[in-house]
Amino acid sequence: MHPAPSVIVFTVLSGLGFGFLAFLGAAFVQPAGWTAFLLWGLGYALAVGGLLASTFHLGNPQRAWRAMSQWRTSWLSREGVMAIATLLMLAPVALSDWLGLGWSRLPGVIGAIMALVTVFTTSMIYAQLKTVPRWNHWVTPAMFLCFALAGGAILALPRWPALALVVVMGLALVLSWSIGDRRFAEVGQTMGKATGLDRIGKPSIFDPAHTAGNYLLHEMIHIVGRKHVARLRVLALIFAVVLPALALALLPGAVLPRAVAAVAYLIGAFAARWLFFAQAEHVVGLYYGKR
Amino acid sequence: MTCLPARTDKKLGLAIDLDTCVGCNACVTACKGWNDQGYGAPLSDQEPYGAHPSGTFLNRVHSYQVAPDQGAAQVVSFPRSCLHCDNAPCVTVCPTGASYKRSEDGIVLVNEDICIGCGLCAWACPYGAREMDQAAGVMKKCTLCVDRIYNEALPEEDRVPACVRTCPTGARHFGDFADPGSKVSQLAARRGGYDLMPDMGTKPTNKYLPPRPKDRLDTAPLTPLLDIRATGFAGWLDRMLEKF
Repeated sequence: MHPAPSVIVFTVLSGLGFGFLAFLGAAFVQPAGWTAFLLWGLGYALAVGGLLASTFHLGNPQRAWRAMSQWRTSWLSREGVMAIATLLMLAPVALSDWLGLGWSRLPGVIGAIMALVTVFTTSMIYAQLKTVPRWNHWVTPAMFLCFALAGGAILALPRWPALALVVVMGLALVLSWSIGDRRFAEVGQTMGKATGLDRIGKPSIFDPAHTAGNYLLHEMIHIVGRKHVARLRVLALIFAVVLPALALALLPGAVLPRAVAAVAYLIGAFAARWLFFAQAEHVVGLYYGKR
Repeated sequence: MTCLPARTDKKLGLAIDLDTCVGCNACVTACKGWNDQGYGAPLSDQEPYGAHPSGTFLNRVHSYQVAPDQGAAQVVSFPRSCLHCDNAPCVTVCPTGASYKRSEDGIVLVNEDICIGCGLCAWACPYGAREMDQAAGVMKKCTLCVDRIYNEALPEEDRVPACVRTCPTGARHFGDFADPGSKVSQLAARRGGYDLMPDMGTKPTNKYLPPRPKDRLDTAPLTPLLDIRATGFAGWLDRMLEKF
């Protein structure tokens, strides 16, 4: 699949934002005054920034509000609804922390759960697609949730619990690769089944349907850069897992380890998410003899 | 709502005969021509006369070489367009309600006025039936020429999809698959009409009729020529020359 920058930025930033907001809402950190303003502001900026980035790849972004309407069947719609509802639910808690109003923290706890549900709905946009076997597996939501929790933990939790969540995220990432690599073969779609011509023999491409590119080839059949997969996976692991873990374990102070770990996490998460799209193969490629 | 209808009164669709199709691309051209005018945003082209022309099409004809276990390979032309699935995944994933399946005739359509161009429906379709129009930013797909088939301003013989009307070999048949007595239902039953990627659970309406088995010659057509024996002067010459 085409690794559109807007979708990579969306899933990484809003995942991190909602992970952080979940920890803030559930009062794992209880900032006050302007510290609260800055931390809640960071959480909201990441979550909202990601959501806004997701509209950049739309053909008609001015109609994006309509995407809230079909929550009964559409995971994309559910994601939009959950994201907005979560941001609204957490708003009074953020306000109370900032201005010292002492309001109930109950909406924070509910909002924390909703933030994780939002990340789950984001992952289901991809995991629901039978047409992309690599994504169509429970490991996709597991991996998205681990990224959100680990990212949030880097920003919100004490160093050792954060380090533990980063390691769990690393395991989820490696698991998603090892399961993902087998999925296309497991699902067993072939050019023969796609065309039904396996009835009479083994089909191969005789002549392409068109010699120029089209939307399908550009959007679903992205083969550029797959040759660097092994190197990118190592880089993703180093930046998303190893460097944050080392920073959390070794660097002194309260802010420095978090800042270094967060920057490394973002670089690693962008690399991992780029691979998530670039490596995903859509069954429509079978008609073109390309994956 | 993007819920699928529990049932549709009709199941309008196409039976595509892979035995008869010669891959002339007339259906591709007729489809593009008809859908450049009338229903929804016109199918645009990018750089049509430039170095890298591309454009939006609702129907594409692939060409495959199929090698059987024994005997010679055969070439099969394979038109690919929307199958108007009963269990259309492109409809349920739509976040805005722009994609819908009509309960009266089962046609899957896009309301282009509320399509945001997110592309998720195209991702959900196993068949590559949907293409985003790069000029309009909305999703385009086969409408089964909904603006022809009910159009009483057209002569009756023209009230079929443009691809069916134009096909010079009669490889494309339009009709109601919900009616077991319809021409398309009978054709599909008689010829073993099949679904593409049935494991995907999409329950396509359109059926593909497989190529008929090819005749096989027992001997090569030129073999008898080897047995011709020359007579008379030519025969004498033949025998003489063989002695050297």
